[in-house]
Amino acid sequence: MLRLEQLGKTFDGREGRVEAVRDVSLTVKAGEIYGIIGASGAGKSTLVRCINLLERPEQGSVWMDDIELTALGEQQLRQVRRGIGMIFQHFNLMASRTVLDNVLLPLRDAALPRPQAVDKARSLLKLVGLSDKEAAYPSQLSGGQKQRVAIARALANDPKLLLCDEATSALDPQTTLSILALLKQLNEQLGLTIVLITHEMAVIKEICHRVAVMEDGRVVEQGDVYGVFAHPREHVTRRFIDTASPLQKIYRLLAADSPILRLQIGEQLLRLKFHRQSAAQPYISDISRRFHLDMNIIFGDIDILQDAPLGSLVVIVRGQPEDVARATEYLRQSDVDVEVMKRA
Amino acid sequence: MLDFLSDIAPNLVKKQGEFVGAIGQTLYMMAVSGGISFLIGMALGILLTVCKPGGIRPNRVIFTVLDRLINVLRSIPFIILLTAVIPLTRLISGSAIGTAGAIVPLVFGTVPFFTRQIETALAEVDSGLVEAAQAMGMSPWAIIWRVLLRESIPGIVRGSMITIVSLVGLTAMAGAVGGGGLGDFAIRYGHQRNQVDITWATVLTLLVLVSLIQAVGRRIVKRTTH
Repeated sequence: MLRLEQLGKTFDGREGRVEAVRDVSLTVKAGEIYGIIGASGAGKSTLVRCINLLERPEQGSVWMDDIELTALGEQQLRQVRRGIGMIFQHFNLMASRTVLDNVLLPLRDAALPRPQAVDKARSLLKLVGLSDKEAAYPSQLSGGQKQRVAIARALANDPKLLLCDEATSALDPQTTLSILALLKQLNEQLGLTIVLITHEMAVIKEICHRVAVMEDGRVVEQGDVYGVFAHPREHVTRRFIDTASPLQKIYRLLAADSPILRLQIGEQLLRLKFHRQSAAQPYISDISRRFHLDMNIIFGDIDILQDAPLGSLVVIVRGQPEDVARATEYLRQSDVDVEVMKRA
Repeated sequence: MLDFLSDIAPNLVKKQGEFVGAIGQTLYMMAVSGGISFLIGMALGILLTVCKPGGIRPNRVIFTVLDRLINVLRSIPFIILLTAVIPLTRLISGSAIGTAGAIVPLVFGTVPFFTRQIETALAEVDSGLVEAAQAMGMSPWAIIWRVLLRESIPGIVRGSMITIVSLVGLTAMAGAVGGGGLGDFAIRYGHQRNQVDITWATVLTLLVLVSLIQAVGRRIVKRTTH
């Protein structure tokens, strides 16, 4: 569907050259939701703009289906852009036009007679749940409603691809969820391929199938969301995952040497990570019986990613050191990740 | 009524024909030079915005030349401009004096100012809107019409009102080249012959004119802002 090959883009800033995007290659399959996450300044906004060439990459090429966008003339590029929807962090609606006129705007260049265009715009507004707002002006809408109008507008020319540039970053958590649910629904109902950039791991977790992590203009890690969450390889990926997980509280307690986490002689603080299969098994009671251990559960959490569970437990184990070692080995063989956080 | 007027403004009543004529000349100068300036200033303002670094068609040469030219023209006092462009005026309107002769310098005096007003109004359009339009596959012309101009209507109206009011001031100087108008009328009778009632009548008329312009402008701005 979409293929980026060794994209590179630099800017001449006040403090010299900034390499915003460096040697990025990735492939987005038709029908998937592909997330790109990175801290601000990681180059993800530039990268998404390179896809529809709002920014011209200096190196590399962009392919959509079998067309090389980077080789197109201006006229042809405009034609291709009509088949790519885009929504933005600040919605970018025309304040002087009503909701209906905003959705009609991209249809002006289509060969659709006005009455049909109006019908189409109305059906799109219905799809995003704003039928009753067609005569309103953007200034009369809430942030979530504005983004819905922007989504309807982006869909006007029946795009196969939708680019989302921090589309939920200006919204509150509740509204973010409702917009993400809408995107997911469009993905499933219309088979819409979505490329979404964000700095929030929670967004990736909520709707993405695959994810790329960006740092310093490069894609440092990519893969399916469950795999990346279950086995992050890069430090920056782990940091992002931690921001979306309440587990970081434990690390803070640990760093502050909290009495809750103070260990007696012979105790260990373990972090257990359960995956697809292992999350359904009663491992805690199993190992405490089998290896005569006492387990104190400090913290527990379970995430559902792409309909599969991913669980985390932080426990204090007490027992004979060799029993603890055998239990650890047993868990690892059962597809549970064990990390020793602290030893007394 | 006429008696009362003759009492408080005897000179005005005697010159009422000329007074009405002066109002006509002022309105004529404003309409013609304003209309021409609107078209030229609008075109140049759009050109500046489009060619600006980071604009939809950046062009350093056009932008720099135009930008400097406007600054130079704006720094020349109008009374000097009025006489400086006489050769050009003769070329364009056939005569350098009279009401028609005032049109060319008025255009020269108004266009740079109005161009800046348009440039400012267009610059207020959020660059995100232009980006969204580009992402939709709109052509540069479509972006100018459907996004830049459409979104900045209130700003353009505001700029136009300020320009018209300043144009009222400029037409008052047209008397220097025999352009007539209210300014000339006030100087010749009110000032040079010390007929104070004429000065006051002119001031009052101009005040009403400016208020009317501003009222119309405010109304349009209000109706086009959402």
